[in-house]
Amino acid sequence: MTTRPLPPPARTTTPSPAARSRGETGPRPPTAAGGRRRIGGSRTSGRTLGTMALKTALSVAPLLAALGLWEVLTANEVVAWLSFDKLPGPAEVFSTFAGQLTNGTYYQDLLSSVRRILLGFGLATVAGVLIGMAVGRSRIAHAALRPLIEVARPIPAIALVPLAILVFPTGEQGIVFITFFAAFFPVVVSTIHAMKSLPTVWEEAALTMGASRLSVLTHIVLPGAMPGIFSGLSVSMGVAWICVISAEMISGQFGIGYYTWQSYGLLDYAGVVVGMLSIGALGFGTAWLVERIGNRVNHWLPRAAK
Amino acid sequence: MSAPSRTAGGARVTLSDLRIAFHGVPAADIDLDVPPGGIVVLLGPSGCGKSTILRALAGLLEPESGTAELDGEPVAESRSQCAMVFQEDALLPWRSARRNVEFALKLRGVARAKRRGEAEELLGQVGLHDFGDHMPGELSGGMRQRVQLARTLATRPRVLLMDEPFGALDAQTRSDMQQLLITVWEQQRTTVLFVTHDVDEALLLGDRIVVLTPRPARVARLIDIPDPRRPGAQFEPEFARRRYEILALLGDSPDSALAASSA
Ligand SMILES: Nc1ncnc2c1ncn2[C@@H]1O[C@H](COP(=O)(O)OP(=O)(O)OP(=O)(O)O)[C@@H](O)[C@H]1O
Ligand SMILES: [Mg+2]
Repeated sequence: MTTRPLPPPARTTTPSPAARSRGETGPRPPTAAGGRRRIGGSRTSGRTLGTMALKTALSVAPLLAALGLWEVLTANEVVAWLSFDKLPGPAEVFSTFAGQLTNGTYYQDLLSSVRRILLGFGLATVAGVLIGMAVGRSRIAHAALRPLIEVARPIPAIALVPLAILVFPTGEQGIVFITFFAAFFPVVVSTIHAMKSLPTVWEEAALTMGASRLSVLTHIVLPGAMPGIFSGLSVSMGVAWICVISAEMISGQFGIGYYTWQSYGLLDYAGVVVGMLSIGALGFGTAWLVERIGNRVNHWLPRAAK
Repeated sequence: MSAPSRTAGGARVTLSDLRIAFHGVPAADIDLDVPPGGIVVLLGPSGCGKSTILRALAGLLEPESGTAELDGEPVAESRSQCAMVFQEDALLPWRSARRNVEFALKLRGVARAKRRGEAEELLGQVGLHDFGDHMPGELSGGMRQRVQLARTLATRPRVLLMDEPFGALDAQTRSDMQQLLITVWEQQRTTVLFVTHDVDEALLLGDRIVVLTPRPARVARLIDIPDPRRPGAQFEPEFARRRYEILALLGDSPDSALAASSA
């Protein structure tokens, strides 16, 4: 989960690529800063290969170290305060995983979880952005909805499981609802904040050019708020996974959380670890997706990752 | 520009006893009549309330009392007729320079197919032929200001409010932009309210110069320029005399003001 800080109003032309085309008009000797930048640029291109190798090593080494530690602890059945004697080692987990890869229900489990996430998260995004925009921009909506949001927000979504079981006709809908409930608040809160931190001059400019209320909303407010909204979305995606897995463990049928909990019940500890790692991989994948889409939408930010 | 103007010339701007305050502290208190198609320059010390006056005219600020009218109608109802070049960075940073101009064209109701060509023509006029695809974050301050000018011209306003639009430009570009403004004005006869710190710029552009007092902005003096914008006027003794008069009014010794205005 990465929360990006709210965007600085774009007027800050601090050392950013902004300075790249600072040449105003007419020929001018290159400034000292411009010259330095160029030298810096060529130096990086010369070192690209080495830098990349170093970076890869830096990311891979801790993973390998964790794997090695796991192997050592489980192979020697270390029992000292923490007991590792019942835990499966990497090899056992790997063979269980390989077995699961040819098992249809494993894929069905993955698919169910992903579907619940996408539904819950998608609904939360739409509702959160719309309600956040309303609360952030309309005094009436603020007065009417803000108290409700603030009261509901501290309730952990997982505490709604009993209620969801009672209220929803199917367990499936209950799980989606719980996911939605959890994912909704980060989106709505970050959208409200994004509304408040929007520079007024963009909207003022559009108004003096004759923009209608609707086009101010769609062409100014929404794109301007996207950086803030996306920082809420990445938090929200993380929370959504926590809740979908917990809900599946309690009341699911299919789903990777259900699989993990079933494996535990069947004393299939390697299966538990396969479930855990699958959750990690799915969570990583969806977080990456949100990040990618966010980078694309907010490519204009001065510090956007290119 | 080839397409016919949306409107028949500029509007008359009337500020009657317009009083604007922030948190109860007055920022402007002004009475001013600008004839249709006139160029009026507002000059005054920093923080006196020049931007505030323009914002009220654009319908962006609620006056405490008094009225701001365009052809006798309150400005709030004709907001889109007053386009503004803002002092601050007002480009949409997620749109390229060209797409910023296209947005203004879209709001004016130009058909989608024609927007691109017209936007490129406008960017060409402000000397940014090759920068249409640059994002505002990749342009210099002066270039962004010129994109704002192109965007504002794209709306074909009846009143053009310009808040220190050329402040960040070098002498040559500034003079080109002044010339561009005059050319566009001659074609469209828009009413122009122009804010500047630069006394020379004021004398070169305005039919009338309004010198304002320190906050709250009041009219300290109206200076009418007979035969305005005549080439070579700045080399005549009359120009120097008016220049001296204005600097004295602004309360600066000529030397320090000179330094400030050429900064
Ligand atoms: N939104 C606001 N809230 C409170 N005070 C404000 C606000 N906007 C402007 N002011 C105050 O009103 C006064 C006039 O501001 P304004 O921006 O109109 O000055 P200006 O004449 O345009 O100055 P400059 O030449 O430096 O741009 C200033 O003292 C400023 O502090
Ligand atoms: Mg100002």
